[in-house]
Amino acid sequence: MNESRREFLTTMTCAGCALAGGFLPSRNSLASEANDLVEARYYEKLDNRKIRCKLCPRECVIDDLERGYCGVRENLGGTYYTLVYGKPCTAHIDPIEKKPLFHFLPGSNAFSMATVGCNVMCKFCQNWEISQANPDQVPAMDMPPDHAALLARNNNCRSIAYTYTEPVIFTEYMFDCADQGQRRGIRSVMISNGYINAAPMRDLCGVLDAVKIDLKAFTERFYKELVAGELRPVLDTLVLLKEERMWTEIVYLVIPGQNDDVKELEAMCKWIVDELGADTPVHFTRFHPQYRLKNLPPTPLNTLRRARQIGLDSGLHYVYTGNVPGDEGESTYCPNCGAVVIRRFGFSIAENNLKNGACKKCGTKIAGVWK
Amino acid sequence: MQRRQFIKSTFMGGGAAIAWPHLARGEKKLEKTAFLKGANKSRVVIAGRSDVRDRSGAVSAVAVERMLDTAIEHLFAARADHVWSTLFSPHDRVGLKVNCLAGRHLSTHQELVFAVVERLLWAGVPKKNIIIWDRRDRDLVRAGYKIEKRAGRVRCLGNDSAGFTPTVFEFNTAASQLSNTIHSTCTAIINLPIMKDHGIAGVSGSMKNFFGAINNPNKYHMDVGDPYIADVNMLPAIRKKHRLTICDALTAQYEGGPPWMPQWAWNFDRLVVATDRVAIDQIIWETIENKRAQAGLPTLEAVGRKPTYIATAADSMHRLGTNDPEKIDIVRA
Repeated sequence: MNESRREFLTTMTCAGCALAGGFLPSRNSLASEANDLVEARYYEKLDNRKIRCKLCPRECVIDDLERGYCGVRENLGGTYYTLVYGKPCTAHIDPIEKKPLFHFLPGSNAFSMATVGCNVMCKFCQNWEISQANPDQVPAMDMPPDHAALLARNNNCRSIAYTYTEPVIFTEYMFDCADQGQRRGIRSVMISNGYINAAPMRDLCGVLDAVKIDLKAFTERFYKELVAGELRPVLDTLVLLKEERMWTEIVYLVIPGQNDDVKELEAMCKWIVDELGADTPVHFTRFHPQYRLKNLPPTPLNTLRRARQIGLDSGLHYVYTGNVPGDEGESTYCPNCGAVVIRRFGFSIAENNLKNGACKKCGTKIAGVWK
Repeated sequence: MQRRQFIKSTFMGGGAAIAWPHLARGEKKLEKTAFLKGANKSRVVIAGRSDVRDRSGAVSAVAVERMLDTAIEHLFAARADHVWSTLFSPHDRVGLKVNCLAGRHLSTHQELVFAVVERLLWAGVPKKNIIIWDRRDRDLVRAGYKIEKRAGRVRCLGNDSAGFTPTVFEFNTAASQLSNTIHSTCTAIINLPIMKDHGIAGVSGSMKNFFGAINNPNKYHMDVGDPYIADVNMLPAIRKKHRLTICDALTAQYEGGPPWMPQWAWNFDRLVVATDRVAIDQIIWETIENKRAQAGLPTLEAVGRKPTYIATAADSMHRLGTNDPEKIDIVRA
């Protein structure tokens, strides 16, 4: 052996003092790490430096030095921190229609951003490279909330969209960005799975202007097997948003053989009409094979159209097909006279027949946030 | 029969596949380590020495080396130097998966890591082919290790430095990206876990330590880690490259883990060594249960943390080893 034991130990230890028994890196380094982090807002401290996260329905109990299910919140010495505050991994300017929000400032741009992480694990996630990553894997920008708001304003975006991954897991950052945006006249929209506890959601309602919820199915089986989540809390969130009078649209990704059963769709549409109201827009979007569901085919167009028809037959006023550019289901129709109110092609507005938030032809008020 | 011939013939012999279901699937590397004198049994060696600590309680590097040699010799019934050179070739790139989450009071002792490195060098593995690794650089530093990424040296780094595969590997419930260290860099892994209680999984030993080889261990901290821990161990690189587990039980912990909780830690002053990752975890579990009973604590089952993943790892879907006490040959040395 060329390397002696002493050389090796000296090389492998910090300043040679680790073996002397006088080196206590844990407290000092923890304090140093914590200086760069923002404390999480929704958790409770437990015995033995454990914490219980209160942000989402998982309510992870997390030991010291461990992370929650989302992977972006860590217990350091009994205090819970967000690891992604001010550190988005991606930011783009998107049309608001891409979120999709069809009844919110149509034709406007949204400054769209995300950090890594998610509190579920959908087998069909289209952004799994960032949603299922941990903060060590993906480079992040340094973007404090005021910078995000300024970037939105300077790029002629009327809103900031928290999107791509799951904004619930960066709720502190989202809240502060939305607050900074409000001060500058920039709206905020949350593109979410709705898997969040009531208290943080109500707080967010104070700074958000619209929410899009991915209702991934209407069965607990689907949520358990394909999402690693639960349906009931998502429905609770939708009801809460209704109570808070938050503008809300629903997206339902139709996956062949998994959540496209007619009875399931009928039950869901009825629930939406009964609990949220007929003016809630519902988007039935097309699935493309992704991530862990590459074995399934894309959603047939007929399936999407059938789903849309079920929605309309249930009494919903605004039902769309998504991810099918050029389909008639992309456009908004007046629920009274049937005239095209907003004609879309993909994410573009081809024709806008709204006048003061009403159908230009018959004057019926169209639900939404139009200015 | 000469000792060397004996080791080679037994390591390379096909007979081991009878006793080891996982070997029947063609894991030639594992087959090399599958020797056991009493067929159909997994051997787990628990080695200890009375002089492993000095009066101040510090661990003696020399005693650890001797303990390691004793353990290896009892595991393989052969001289340690011959075992190491049979287990590892100069062409191997050997990863030493330590466990440094809990800081220096409850992490893999560097004295043990040094002893293993030294023996790999005996076996002809070049320094540049030896990598000490864990989840994050930060964890290693907290435990007193120094990050070393330079070529030509024994490297020491976390997955955050090494990166992860772009590919997601799946088995049953597990879907993870693997550390480049285990997937791409290494041809063989020596697992160097700690013996400790775990707040979710019940116990953290050999199999749980491989949560440090994936990008998303946080996704598998549900249902006492069952079947996630077993499933993660089925991911190809983790299943096939593991050759030996040397559990650092010099300091162990029977409650309050995974972080270090001095009130529940004790100086067990043992190394626990095996090639069967399931059998060794079964013994780790039993040891922790015994210590809990001595301390007047309820069983892990009573507190809802029975490590059922150990049995799952032994089931017909996984076949990673045996958890059957009747099929585990415990040798105390």
